[in-house]
Amino acid sequence: MAEIRLQNLAHSYSPQPRQDADYAIREMDHVWEQGGAYALLGPSGCGKSTLLNIISGLLSPSEGKVLFDTREVNQLTPEQRNIAQVFQFPVVYDTMTVYENLAFPLRNQGVAQARITSKVHEIAEVLDLHPLLQRKARNLTADEKQKVSMGRGLVRDDVSAILFDEPLTVIDPHLKWKLRRKLKQIHEQFNITMIYVTHDQLEASTFADKIAVMHGGQIVQFGTPRELFERPEHTFVGFFVGSPGMNLIEVRAEEGGVGFGTLHLPLTKGLAAKLPELADKRLQIGIRPEFVQVTDEPGTGGMATEVVRVEDLGTYKILTLRLQGHLLKARLPEDQPVPRGEAWVGFPSQWLMLYADDRLVEERR
Amino acid sequence: MTKVHDNRAWWLVLPVFLLVAFSAVLPMMTVVNYSVQDIFDASTRVFVGADWYRQILHDPRLHDSLLRQFIFSGCVLLIEIPLGIAVALTMPTRGRWASLCLIVMAIPLLIPWNVVGTIWQIFGRADIGLLGYSLRELGVDYNYASNTGDAWVTVLVMDVWHWTSLVALLCYSGLRAIPDAYYQAARIDRASSWAVFRYIQLPKLKSVLLIAVMLRFMDSFMIYTEPFVLTGGGPGNATTFLSQTLTKMAVGQFDLGPAAAFSLIYFLIILLVSWLFYTAMTHADQK
Amino acid sequence: MALKLEHVSKTVDGQLHIDDASLEFEPGSFNVLIGRTLSGKTSLMRLMAGLDRPSKGRVLMSGADVTGVPVRKRNVSMVYQQFINYPTLSVFENIASPLRQAGADKLEIERKVRQTAEMLHIEGFLDRYPLELSGGQQQRTAMARALVKDADLVLFDEPLVNLDYKLREELRQEMRELFRARRSIAVYATTEPNEALALGGTATVLHEGRVIQSGPTSEVYHRPAQMLSAELFSEPPINLLQGRVAANEVSFHDRMHFPLNADLRALGEAEYRFGIRPSHIGLVPTNDDDLEVSGIVELAEISGSETFLHVRNDHFSLVLHLQGVHDYAVDSPIRVYIPTHKLFVFDAAGQLAQAPARRA
Repeated sequence: MAEIRLQNLAHSYSPQPRQDADYAIREMDHVWEQGGAYALLGPSGCGKSTLLNIISGLLSPSEGKVLFDTREVNQLTPEQRNIAQVFQFPVVYDTMTVYENLAFPLRNQGVAQARITSKVHEIAEVLDLHPLLQRKARNLTADEKQKVSMGRGLVRDDVSAILFDEPLTVIDPHLKWKLRRKLKQIHEQFNITMIYVTHDQLEASTFADKIAVMHGGQIVQFGTPRELFERPEHTFVGFFVGSPGMNLIEVRAEEGGVGFGTLHLPLTKGLAAKLPELADKRLQIGIRPEFVQVTDEPGTGGMATEVVRVEDLGTYKILTLRLQGHLLKARLPEDQPVPRGEAWVGFPSQWLMLYADDRLVEERR
Repeated sequence: MTKVHDNRAWWLVLPVFLLVAFSAVLPMMTVVNYSVQDIFDASTRVFVGADWYRQILHDPRLHDSLLRQFIFSGCVLLIEIPLGIAVALTMPTRGRWASLCLIVMAIPLLIPWNVVGTIWQIFGRADIGLLGYSLRELGVDYNYASNTGDAWVTVLVMDVWHWTSLVALLCYSGLRAIPDAYYQAARIDRASSWAVFRYIQLPKLKSVLLIAVMLRFMDSFMIYTEPFVLTGGGPGNATTFLSQTLTKMAVGQFDLGPAAAFSLIYFLIILLVSWLFYTAMTHADQK
Repeated sequence: MALKLEHVSKTVDGQLHIDDASLEFEPGSFNVLIGRTLSGKTSLMRLMAGLDRPSKGRVLMSGADVTGVPVRKRNVSMVYQQFINYPTLSVFENIASPLRQAGADKLEIERKVRQTAEMLHIEGFLDRYPLELSGGQQQRTAMARALVKDADLVLFDEPLVNLDYKLREELRQEMRELFRARRSIAVYATTEPNEALALGGTATVLHEGRVIQSGPTSEVYHRPAQMLSAELFSEPPINLLQGRVAANEVSFHDRMHFPLNADLRALGEAEYRFGIRPSHIGLVPTNDDDLEVSGIVELAEISGSETFLHVRNDHFSLVLHLQGVHDYAVDSPIRVYIPTHKLFVFDAAGQLAQAPARRA
């Protein structure tokens, strides 16, 4: 088990990088604490696989240091760092049985036979692979093979961290569930540091204690799934986390609040007080579809919208509304009646976020 | 995938069809025809049924030739396959050395076969050949023209020199197809190089090796030009393989009947052994 | 142009890939094929396109039998999982290729290509090469190529599966927009129930080569004709409990039972499987007819705004889909409540015996 620290880390694939665009990873300082379950979340091309390879040792960073328990490991290979890695497609030794696959890392380390047997059985039990132990690896299904890949990482006592690179990509949706649960159970049982790279925010949220959201080579927010959801610190986090993403409307500063179109939206005192210092920045308000209040009667302070579309997604419905020319999405629970034609919306102030140049504006206290 | 047929395509195939018929099928039928007749000259022939076949199968010359042929092909496979794999493993995969290596490996394959025979014939001579001369200077008694053992070794070395590149290049392409992730996983598992070879590389080379083995077997079983040029089949019959025996019979002695029967049997032997190899290798997979 | 499949079957090497499928698609409709991998979605689409010939049955387009007609003669386009584009042609040329094949004139080609590129938001990349573009842009190019020739039938074989999550959401939205105004039939294959629900239109559930159910997506979701349909079309999977209907009550085992309500009375006395959706089970009793189940928490999976709670007792395993964050420690005791009026009832053969009444 190890604490992994990234210090002044940056990486560029070109030999003489000059500007930000040349960097795959822009300068960052970050700590992954021991025993935590972390996710690296971001769209393709954001640098998450590069970062994973730097942590595992498959790639050496062009700048900065990678420290394992205060020891600099930049030049060490994955096996020297005691890293186990699970790849996108299952990597198993086809000619060996499941038992031999799991025993392989231990045999290479010269572990005693009795210990190998007990460890393999323990891990096989945890991963529900017990009935398959004598089966040849090549005859397994994709999800069983992935479990074997994970098992090889878990068998070792000295593993410092297990890294997952989008491991559920080839798995059927109805089996993804089971594997996700397995991963979570494994983490609770063994308490190994786990870092999981994905572009699927639901996967990241259900697996990780804390998620690092990456955008353009930088970690724009590092927080629990709840924090990412309730207080996104960057408009990208608001957009990327949550299905559908956060509604963002460009606004201008006004007395006591903000305005767009012909509407004036009052802000809390704390936020309104900060408006003067944000005069030259691009202002946006954000509110998640889950928090938009929708009624079919005007009520107090409701803003008039036109219902453009309704999508029935089984457990919930998504409403697309037009507010002053902006398209807005609201999420309604299954049983809530859907207004037709016209609807009135409200933005509760505790969920209304203000962003200046894409960064969250914190209230002045 | 069942294609829906467009009959016009057959017209395009017709010329090739005719060519193949003319150059292969008709001659083949002629051979079958000859194999059941006794031919004295162009106009005198007698139908003898399966006589030639019976005679051939009891012919001691044929048995000896067949034995020599099997030993030769066996040695060729035993040496060239492992050697080819070993060479492929050491060939670089990236950079300019990779292209250079590929070119060097391809050169022996491009040399016309009788030139190969001639090269080694001269190379092995004690008076003007580099190899023969050096061996004589070192005190080794080497003469491929008079010593059976020396002749065999020379023929084998020549074939290895000529054809190992083929196996190496096939295995090289097979190795390139293995995704990096497997090697990374093996490193993480602290596997030794031998384990990597045995559990990752070799299994993934199975299909390529099948091709290599089949090709080398068939070619070595049919070998004619190189040993003919090198040793002429000598000393005596020591390096006379099946194809040379056949040619002597057909062209040398003008025994067209037995020769025809022999060539059909030859064809069937190759077919049978190839089929056995193929079945063995593909069934080993499905255990 | 309507598409009809009549008792189509396809056998390959002795294996039945498609088993007696009969389907009818209206012009201008958006149809989703949903099923697990290897359930026959791709095989079925290939039969619709004319890439393969059915071993039995007929394929009809607008009433005309096209069963033997090769794909070249049918007006069909297809988009694949793997962003297939001509690597040596520019994006413009890629999109123009079907028009050039059809022999359209230069101005027409220019106009149509630009129009389609604009619809898919790639008008800025027309002179670039596909391999220089991102995955999403490559797939848009492939889609533009499929759409530009205004085919009667456009087939999508899991086209978004190699793209990341957000991009998938965006493209799904755009796809619905694109097909709204067209007369062509769109057929879209996917393994994900949520994607099928988001796309709407009609849904056809496939399992092992058979059509389990077909109809408007919402209908198929709310009234699954078979247990299999309910299982395949729900993420997280629907909870199924084995129970028995007796004279005046439903019992799940000696300890758990509830009195028969009006609807269930119509069922005969027998063993049934009862299904309840994860999102319908609650943590507090909300109705008089709620069935209480005690168990322990196996796992709480928390995403930002919802929780998936896995609960187990000696007889069942249940998954709950709750709104909001509910943090429970593993092995903590819990009581959950199942509203019995929301139960699906499936008979021993897996057929739907009763679905809960829906309110609007």
